[in-house]
Amino acid sequence: MLSPRIDPRGPDLTSEVVVVDYDAGNLRSVRRALEHAGARAIVSDDPGVVAGARALVLPGVGAAADTMAKLRQRGLVEPLLEVIASGRPFLGVCMGMQALFELSEEGGEHPCLGVLPGRVVRFETGAPVPHMGWNTLDVVSAHPLLAGIPSGAHVYFVHSYYPVPGDPAIVVAETEYGERFASVVARGNVLATQFHPEKSGRTGLRIYENFVTLARSATGTAAGGAAR
Amino acid sequence: MLTKRIIPCFDVDRGRVVKGVSFVDLRDAGDPVGLARAYDRDGADELVFLDITASHEERESTYQMIAETADQVFIPLTVGGGVRAPGDMRRMLEHGADKVGVNTAAVERPALIEEGARRFGSQCIVVSIDAKRTSARGEPPRWRVYTHGGRRETERDAIEWAREATERGSGELLVTSMDSDGHQTGYDLELLREVAGVVGVPVIASGGAGEPEHLYRALTEGGADAVLAASIFHFGRYDVATLKRYLAARGVAVRPIVDAAAAAEREVPGA
Repeated sequence: MLSPRIDPRGPDLTSEVVVVDYDAGNLRSVRRALEHAGARAIVSDDPGVVAGARALVLPGVGAAADTMAKLRQRGLVEPLLEVIASGRPFLGVCMGMQALFELSEEGGEHPCLGVLPGRVVRFETGAPVPHMGWNTLDVVSAHPLLAGIPSGAHVYFVHSYYPVPGDPAIVVAETEYGERFASVVARGNVLATQFHPEKSGRTGLRIYENFVTLARSATGTAAGGAAR
Repeated sequence: MLTKRIIPCFDVDRGRVVKGVSFVDLRDAGDPVGLARAYDRDGADELVFLDITASHEERESTYQMIAETADQVFIPLTVGGGVRAPGDMRRMLEHGADKVGVNTAAVERPALIEEGARRFGSQCIVVSIDAKRTSARGEPPRWRVYTHGGRRETERDAIEWAREATERGSGELLVTSMDSDGHQTGYDLELLREVAGVVGVPVIASGGAGEPEHLYRALTEGGADAVLAASIFHFGRYDVATLKRYLAARGVAVRPIVDAAAAAEREVPGA
């Protein structure tokens, strides 16, 4: 079935999912959730390790400007872009999703990684901000990242800003909080969730399992040709 | 749709739950990880640990407990108690807490809220307010802020403090009515309404839950986004699942105990 049990003779994912460490909070939970999903993940802020990752997770809490500043200080921007450009699986979570877009309006206007078209804006609906708690996904376009997760599944959000993708085709799921926003996006190997799968109970663990499955198949394909 | 949250709260002393419940199937009711898993299975939306460990040296056991819980329970964890400085916040977050509760130290030195919010993000900082009614019957209601676990009265007005705490960067407020706490006669709805009326962040109601109706009223009339409860669970009269079914039947949006993904898995044979 889809459930990603590691075959000892299959592609070796040992320590191959790298969780990017830029001083952004819940790295431990992200790593544990990946381990729960069958991968052995490592947390690293070493640009070389990040550049060499077979799959990357960019987690995150905090502010956009701060996130970008820390990524730059640690020399992580280039390795991140390198991994993304090479087609290796990439998952951005919360701030790690927002950082993928061109510009964030959080605390002024701050350029972000510019991997995905669009900008990040603040909730202005009068509802309490941050948008905090369990809200539902409305799946608008089937994607393997959400395999086994139907519309109406609850996931845990904590954020005050959200991305408005310049290309509606990348939206996989939406969530309603005063207005509808993109809560899952995907373009090629670049996947991202505005919520925290590592804090979303069983549903969230399934998302990490799906990501690990995607990472394994991508790695398997790559490993089929040239041995690393 | 954003759902209302039910948040069980545990008191923890030197890494052990000292006021917890009595899940019959638990061999060790003082084991935080076992309790956290049981509550997670039962549909709890978040968990709050209040560390009452007296000595600073023994805090290590608390950090260890947070880590072990966070490694096995994938729902948000808030840890409060004894947080004096950004360094304390950092240690809790590093060990797997998602949010840190601050109370006395923030009242004594409000800049702590800004420091925490700037370094870790507002969403990590939960200012906890212990409020006690000071107005006489018939007067417009007023509440005073208490610190040191409710033992020390301050000059601060609770509603003013709620406003200031959020302006300084608190991402959420945990509002405890000292008049109601422990009495199981219902949350202080007036207090909740006043706080929710002046702040733009989520408000967690605390203090007074004894019946399902109390949770319902805090979430509707009180305008709270979440309800924290201890004794209602700890005496074993109600569990989270029962309370959620009750709230759902009364039209309150709550996260189902068995969520869609898990339900879908069950329907697929062999999955």
